[in-house]
Amino acid sequence: MAVETPLKGNIGDSIRRKEDDRFIRGRGNYVDDIALPGMLHMAIHRSPFAHARIKSIKTEAAQAVPGVVAVVTGALLAQHKLAWMPTLSGDTQAVLATDKVRFQGQEVACVVATDPYVARDAAALVEVDYEVLPAVVTPQQALEPDAPLIRDEKDGQTNNHIYHWEAGDKAKTDEAFAKADRVVSLDTFYPRCHPSPLETCGIVADVNSATGHATLYMTSQAPHAHRTLFAIVAGLPEQNIRIISPDIGGGFGNKVPIYPGYVVATAASLLIGKPVKWVEDRSENLISTGFARDFHMSGEMALSNDGRILGLRVKLLSDNGAFYADAQPTKFRAGLFHIVTGSYDVAAAHVEADGAYTNKAPGGVAYRCSFRVTEASYLIERLVESAALEMKMDPADIRLKNFIKPEQFPYMSATGFEYDSGDYPRAMQVALDKLGYQSLRQEQAEKRKKGELMGIGVASFTEVVGAGPGKHYDIAGLRMFDSAELRVHPTGKAILKLGVKSQGQGHETTFAQIVTEELGIPAADVEVQEGDTDNTPYGLGTYASRSTPVGGAATAMVSRKLRDKAKKIAAHLLEASDADIEFDQGKFFVRGSPSKSKTIQDVAFAAYTNLPDGMEAGLEGVTYYDPPNMTFPFGTYLVVVDIDRGTGQVKVRRMVAVDDCGVRINPMIVEGQIHGGLTEGFGIAFMQLITFDEEGNCLGSNFTDYLLPTSWETPRFEMGETVTPSPHHPIGAKGVGESATVGSPAAFVNAVIDAVAHLGITNIDMPVTSDKVWAALHEKGAAE
Amino acid sequence: MSVSQPITVTVNGDRKTAEVEPRLLLVHFLRETLRLTGTHIGCDTTHCGACTVLVEGVPVKSCTMLAVQADGQQVTTVEALAAGGTLHPIQAAFKQEHGLQCGFCTPGMMLTSIALLQEKPDPTDEDIRWALSGNICRCTGYMNIVKAVKSAAAQMKAAAAVPAATAAARS
Repeated sequence: MAVETPLKGNIGDSIRRKEDDRFIRGRGNYVDDIALPGMLHMAIHRSPFAHARIKSIKTEAAQAVPGVVAVVTGALLAQHKLAWMPTLSGDTQAVLATDKVRFQGQEVACVVATDPYVARDAAALVEVDYEVLPAVVTPQQALEPDAPLIRDEKDGQTNNHIYHWEAGDKAKTDEAFAKADRVVSLDTFYPRCHPSPLETCGIVADVNSATGHATLYMTSQAPHAHRTLFAIVAGLPEQNIRIISPDIGGGFGNKVPIYPGYVVATAASLLIGKPVKWVEDRSENLISTGFARDFHMSGEMALSNDGRILGLRVKLLSDNGAFYADAQPTKFRAGLFHIVTGSYDVAAAHVEADGAYTNKAPGGVAYRCSFRVTEASYLIERLVESAALEMKMDPADIRLKNFIKPEQFPYMSATGFEYDSGDYPRAMQVALDKLGYQSLRQEQAEKRKKGELMGIGVASFTEVVGAGPGKHYDIAGLRMFDSAELRVHPTGKAILKLGVKSQGQGHETTFAQIVTEELGIPAADVEVQEGDTDNTPYGLGTYASRSTPVGGAATAMVSRKLRDKAKKIAAHLLEASDADIEFDQGKFFVRGSPSKSKTIQDVAFAAYTNLPDGMEAGLEGVTYYDPPNMTFPFGTYLVVVDIDRGTGQVKVRRMVAVDDCGVRINPMIVEGQIHGGLTEGFGIAFMQLITFDEEGNCLGSNFTDYLLPTSWETPRFEMGETVTPSPHHPIGAKGVGESATVGSPAAFVNAVIDAVAHLGITNIDMPVTSDKVWAALHEKGAAE
Repeated sequence: MSVSQPITVTVNGDRKTAEVEPRLLLVHFLRETLRLTGTHIGCDTTHCGACTVLVEGVPVKSCTMLAVQADGQQVTTVEALAAGGTLHPIQAAFKQEHGLQCGFCTPGMMLTSIALLQEKPDPTDEDIRWALSGNICRCTGYMNIVKAVKSAAAQMKAAAAVPAATAAARS
C-alpha cells in the first residue's frame, strides 16, 4: 500500500502523520518504557477512608521486606518542608498525609524497592491507625453550618467554603428579568467524571547526587511550567531541573497538575541517589488524579413572548474535593464558566459561583476543554432547549432567532469576552441540511402518534480557547504565552522546537505544515521537537486547545521572521534590492521576473556560506507569542435518538457534527480530533460517572464501574464544516481539540429530552443511563 | 518472594528461556524481562486491551495471563509485525487512515484486528466494531480504526490474490 504522499504539506493538505511510524511499530517511548540503570520502583500506600485522623503510621513491617530500600512518610517529607505543596489554584495540597486523610485514595506513604512487585507487597504492609471522621460528599452538605471541617489545618478556614466569584452585571440582569414575559429555569448537575487517558500518570525521577541535576521523565502536558513549579516546591535550582515529557498516551487535562507521586519519587531519588520510577495503576488514576466537572448549576433565562433571550442568571456550586486544585487562570475562580451566554446575543447576564471542599479527590481539571467551558456550554444549550419547550418553538428556530449575527463580530459578551469571529446561522444550516432535519421532524411526529419515542437534539456551541493574552490569563502566575524556535540548517532542512507538548494531537505534522506554508520547506524536512525543557523554548504547554492558537501562531511568526532575513539573503544572491524580492511557495524572486529565483534551500545554504556584508550568520530564530485575544471555535451538533420504552435504552441513530475551527491546517487530523471529542462527549452523556457512597467510597474506581465508550456503542459520526478564520491569528486557525467534547453532551441529552418532553419529562441529568430514562418514563406512566 | 519457575516462551519467533516468579504477569515478562515495550498497560483489569498480544494466534490480554501460563507457547507482539522492515498491511492502514492518535492503544488494536482478519478476511463494519469492542481507544472515536481495518482487509485480499493469479497464469 502506498503510505507516502506526494503532498508537500501546505496548509489544507491532509498529509499522513510524521509521528505514526514509531507508534505503529511499537517503538513509541512512553514514561513506563523508560528503564535506567539501578532504577528503583515506588508504590503508594493510600487511605481507605474518605476522612480520618491519622493516629500513627508504622512502617517496620514494610521496611523489613527484602528488596525494600526506603519507606517515605509525610513526617519524613515534613523534615524537608515537602509534606504540603501548592496547587494550581493557589491552595495547598498534602503530598503525603501527616494529620488527616481527606479523601479515599489519598497518598499516605510510599515504598521504594528494587522491584515493582516488592514495592507493592510492602506498601500493603504499611500500618496506619485511623480515627474515622464523618465524610462530606456533596458541596451542599459541605456548606451546612454543622458540617465537619475538612481543612482544619488552614489558618482562618472555619468552614468548607472555598470561594465566591461573580461575573457580569447583576443590576442590569435583574432589570432584564423584571421586564421579561417569561422566565425559564433549569437546575442541572454536571456530574464528576474523569479524563482517563489510556496511559496513566507516571514519572522516572533521576536526581544525580554528584551534580545535583534532576532529570524528570514525566507524563506532563506542561513541562516548562512544571519545571518552574518543581523549582519552587522542591527548592531545587531551576537550571538543574530538566523535565522530559516523552510520548504521552493521551492527556485530556489529566496530565496538567503536579501529583504527589511525582514529588515523592523526585524526593526519594534525591535522598537515595538512584533513579525512581512511579507509574500509577488505573484505580489510582481514577481515585486520586484530576477529576473533571462536578458542577451543580441553576440557570434562569428571561425571554420575551416572541422567543428573544433578554437575560441570563446562573448560580453554580462547585465540588472541588479536598484541595482546591483546579487548573485555571488565577483571576477566574470558576475558570471561564462565564462564557455561559454561549452563541447567543444576550444583553444582560450574571454568574455567581461558589466552591466547596468535600472529602473527594481534588482536581477540577479541564477535561478536554478550556477551563470549565464544557459546563457553561452544557448549561446554556440545555436552557435553550428548555426555552424552546416552554415557548413551543422549534429548537433550531429559537437558536437562529437568538444567535449573535455574523455582522456583530467582534462581539462583546455580557460577561466580558470579545468573540473574534463567527457565522453561527451558516454552521446551523449546513448541519440541518446534512441531517435532513425537516423530514426527520415529520418522521418524529408520525412515530409519536404510534407511541414511539424518537428525539432530535440540537446544540450550537461556542468555545473560548487559546489562552492568553498573558495580561489576563496565567497558570500559577506564569503568563500564558507560547513559543517556537526554528533552526534552518545549511541543507535547507529544519528543526522546530516548541513550548507546547502533544499527547496525540499530531503536533509533529501540523506544526511542520505551518513552516511549510510560511517558508516552503516540505513538511517531511521539518523535524518537530517538544517536551524537553533543556532543548525547547519556554512555554505553558498543551491544554485548553491552546497549541494551534498560541504555539501555532508562534510557529508562523518565527517562520516569517526567518523569511524576512531570507529575503535579504535572496536579494544578495539575486543582486537585487531587498524591497524588490517576492516570495511564493518556497521561492524568492525579483518582482516581475519569476524565472530568476532562489529556493529557500539555496538561501539556507547561503545563510552559512555566502552572506551579505555585515549580516549575522545562520537562519535561526525564536518567537514568544502573546495572543491579542482568545479564539472562539463554534459549531452545530445534531443527534437523532430512538428510545425503547420497555428498557429505557437510548440508541443514537445518527449524529451530524458541523465544526468551524477557522482555517484547517491538516483536515485529516482535524476530523480525527473531532471524532475523538464526540466520543468522549458521548461517554460523558451516557456512561462516564465518578460517584461516591455516603461514606465517601469512590464507586468509579476501575473500568468495570467507570464505563468508557467502546467501538460497539460509539455512534457513527457524519461530519461537516464551515470555515470562519480567526481575524487575529496569523493563519486564521482557532484550535479544535476540544470543541466536540464541549458541544456534544448537550446535543445528546437534548435529543433524549426532545423524545420525552411531550410526556412531561424536562430534564435527566448525565449520565443518561437506561435505568434513569426508564424511571422517568415509569413515573409518567409511559414505560412499557 | 515465591520460588522462581523456569519457562520457555517463543516470542516473535525467538525461543526465550527465563526463571520467573509464578505471579509474574505475561505483560511484565514481555515489557520488563524481554524489554519489548510496544505492549502497553492501560487498566490492569482486562478492560482496555492495550496489553493485547497474540498467544498461539489468539488475542489475549497479557495483563491477565501469567507468564508461566505462556510456557511452551508462541507469543506475537507488535514488534514482530513489520517483518524485514516492511510494514504489515494493518500497520500501513492505521497510518494511512489516521487510525491512531496518541498511539497507546494501537499495538493492541492492530493485533486484535489481525486475528479478526485471519478469521474473517472480509469483515463488515459491524464485525470490526464487535471484534474491537474489548480494545478501548480514548482518542480516535473508532471511526478511522474501522476504516483502517477495512482497508487492510482489502490490501491483504489483493495481496493474497496476486500469487494465486500468477500460479494460474503459469499453469
